[in-house]
Amino acid sequence: MAEGQFKEGIASGRLAPAEYAANFADLHPPLDEHEALVEADRCYFCYDAPCMQACPTSIDIPMFIREIATGNPIGSARTIFDQNILGGMCARVCPTETLCEEACVRETAEGKPVQIGRLQRYATDAAMEAGKQFYTRAAPTGRRIAVVGAGPAGLAAAHRLAVKGHDVTVFEAKEKPGGLNEYGIAAYKSTGDFAQAEVDYVTAIGGIAIEYGRALGRDVHLSDLAASYDAVFLGMGLAGVNALRADGEDAQGVEDAVDFISVLRQASDLGSLPIGRRVVVIGGGMTAVDAAVQSKLLGAEEVTICYRRGKEQMNASEFEQDLAASHGVTIRHWLQPKKVIAQDGRVAAIELEYTAERDGRLAGTGETVVLAADQVFKAIGQTFVPAALNGSAATVTLEKGRVKVDAEGRTSMPKVWAGGDCVTDAREDLTVAAVAAGRDAAESIHRALTSNGRG
Amino acid sequence: MADIRNDFIGIRSPNPFWLASAPPTDKAYNVERAFKAGWGGVVWKTLGEEGPPVVNVNGPRYGAIWGADRRLLGLNNIELITDRQLQVNLQEIKQVKKNWPDRALIASIMVPCEEASWKAILPAVEETECDGIELNFGCPHGMSERGMGAAVGQVPEYIEMVARWCKQYTRMPVIVKLTPNITDIRYPARAAHKGGADAVSLINTISSITSVNLDNFSPEPSIDGKGSHGGYCGPAVKPIALNMVAEIARDPQTRGLPISGIGGVTTWRDAAEFLALGAGNVQVCTAAMTYGFKIVQEMISGLSNWMDEKGHRSLDDIIGRATPNVTDWQFLNLNYVAKAHIDQDLCIKCGRCHIACEDTSHQAITAQVDGVRHFEVMEDECVGCNLCVNVCPVEDCITMEPLAAGVIDQRTGKPVSPVYANWTTHPNNPAARVAAE
Repeated sequence: MAEGQFKEGIASGRLAPAEYAANFADLHPPLDEHEALVEADRCYFCYDAPCMQACPTSIDIPMFIREIATGNPIGSARTIFDQNILGGMCARVCPTETLCEEACVRETAEGKPVQIGRLQRYATDAAMEAGKQFYTRAAPTGRRIAVVGAGPAGLAAAHRLAVKGHDVTVFEAKEKPGGLNEYGIAAYKSTGDFAQAEVDYVTAIGGIAIEYGRALGRDVHLSDLAASYDAVFLGMGLAGVNALRADGEDAQGVEDAVDFISVLRQASDLGSLPIGRRVVVIGGGMTAVDAAVQSKLLGAEEVTICYRRGKEQMNASEFEQDLAASHGVTIRHWLQPKKVIAQDGRVAAIELEYTAERDGRLAGTGETVVLAADQVFKAIGQTFVPAALNGSAATVTLEKGRVKVDAEGRTSMPKVWAGGDCVTDAREDLTVAAVAAGRDAAESIHRALTSNGRG
Repeated sequence: MADIRNDFIGIRSPNPFWLASAPPTDKAYNVERAFKAGWGGVVWKTLGEEGPPVVNVNGPRYGAIWGADRRLLGLNNIELITDRQLQVNLQEIKQVKKNWPDRALIASIMVPCEEASWKAILPAVEETECDGIELNFGCPHGMSERGMGAAVGQVPEYIEMVARWCKQYTRMPVIVKLTPNITDIRYPARAAHKGGADAVSLINTISSITSVNLDNFSPEPSIDGKGSHGGYCGPAVKPIALNMVAEIARDPQTRGLPISGIGGVTTWRDAAEFLALGAGNVQVCTAAMTYGFKIVQEMISGLSNWMDEKGHRSLDDIIGRATPNVTDWQFLNLNYVAKAHIDQDLCIKCGRCHIACEDTSHQAITAQVDGVRHFEVMEDECVGCNLCVNVCPVEDCITMEPLAAGVIDQRTGKPVSPVYANWTTHPNNPAARVAAE
């Protein structure tokens, strides 16, 4: 009988225990002191640095690198946390290749940017390992603020509000904090339970109470929060997943990529996780790559990403695409799902139709291809579920299906701010962008509650 | 093919690269390895008087400063002269010279500043058949406390006196090694010249403390919590050495006095610069101590290739070629106007030129043009100071471009004058001499 990778269908234990450990080790291992010093020496300390401009949280990157270079990693961490209290996670998960490192002048000069992300991790690790807390709370203001969601946006908002002396209660639907940092990121990007350690580090400032298992629209209601708190920040992210719009997608074995990633992150024994011999991932973003690469790392023999447009249009960065390719994932372009072919109610193959752009519109060409598949992951985007607002939709205006906010993060409803993936704004759907939104909304709330910050 | 054979005060060597008197030349083992690697000559580490040799500290002897990526820029040492028996050194010198007749072998000597001491050691050194002697009047630490080394080199009268003794008691060529720890290098050089020395060599090391240990507040290198100043050398001292070589080369009182150039020579290019300023050859130490003896091969090939490329046939074609161009500030042409120019194709947009100019100089480089990050020289503000060139991380990205005569200098609104004019006749100079009619 076929074993391991060649076991038919969806099966667990395709690899030896040691292989799982190796496969899910840190994607970018931490720099040791020597490596950090050599890398820090490469920074030119640019004026009005392009890397800093490219950072959604505007971390003073040349300064924190100079602080590393001069043997002051604790000062470096402070420089980072001043702008981004989740700098530790962002150091791990930021697509630096499309942000700071893409803008690095050494990328221009040599095609080899300073490894800003890894240096940021070096500094933040140093401070967190030393248990170094940089912030103390201002005198209590007596103001109480409700934050919905303990993800990057909510945590960043809660921390900044706590610093200002406000008392924060965070309502989290899940049993653990961290949001996508805990549930939505490939395991090899955040090893060693870092997401939880980071939440502990952030909440250690005090004044932040997190209530778990409390979902908006189910356990708490926006109107009540707005009535009983001085301000509300909504940072609940995206709860819904787009449908394939392909026939037969309710067959067994067709799953949401975000669920797969979430289960994988929470698994204590990776060997117990079942994975298909042949896996097809539909989508072209980071989630598609995370799901595809991890399928491969769990021992799938054949993993194919199918994306309905070309390489250039993929949301996954070049680096992520290369990462997938280097793990043996095949990426196929100009294919959209047409029909899930099931046998005995279980997915056996997927029929896809070739696409082409005509007059700027994407359309099927009629030509189809069938790929054998034991498992199909949907990674074609997440959606905001407005029902959670519990009938408040009339007062919280939506825009393009998400919460509409102004430049400061204010919603249409008085006393209610929002940020992160659940809003429509100019920011990308990234951890670092959510941190920036939460932080900035907190400043806006503080100004509103204290007559322009004057207490 | 350029001829890089060297004849320095009659001492011949296949190339102008000698190893300076220092740890690398302390014994036959090292010197044999140096000659095998291709060094043209060696100045044997300084010999002391007959009798119990000096002792060295048993802790760190060196301290350093580093540039980016921990490249060694400056080295400091508190090592003394040879701590081996005089007779052992003399026997080895004799044997090595016999083994390598085509290489230059010079003995460095430091004995008390008494005629009898010099009179005693010179015949013994002469007996080794080495090519010459170098008088160590430069060592700034340890030996100077005992009235030797820099303690002699800082008193021109002593230099002259000892040089004269040496010329009197030996037929060997005499090179006087000068300390830079003085205010005007021309005085000790003149003294050596007056005493009859055949040549001077410089610079010896510069008194220095490289760093302080911030845990125990001891200077480095630290010996049981205490430190002493050492002698500083390496790439960081090259500019100081170049200036001192040039000062002696262009001093009317020492003009023509052969100079062995020492101080931070690390590449063929450094060596060529010393030669151009008037050195007859160069001595190297820190570069060898950093990278090993093999570096001489780069120096040989680099110097030869550059000479071939420029059409210089022998070292005589380049020695002293830059000396006439070293002048006093007052004679610099004030009508010469240059402006910085940034090559936009090479620019990587780090902005260091802008911030250096904006914060610390003349506000002559843009940060943005039409709202876009763009660094460009504003000629109406640029004084041509060269700071932007020096802070730019990309070679040849920013260059200084002279304005041709007749072109309007945007900063002053006046055309560039074709006439040479210096401070001595400048109207703002209260002591200006009126040009002769």
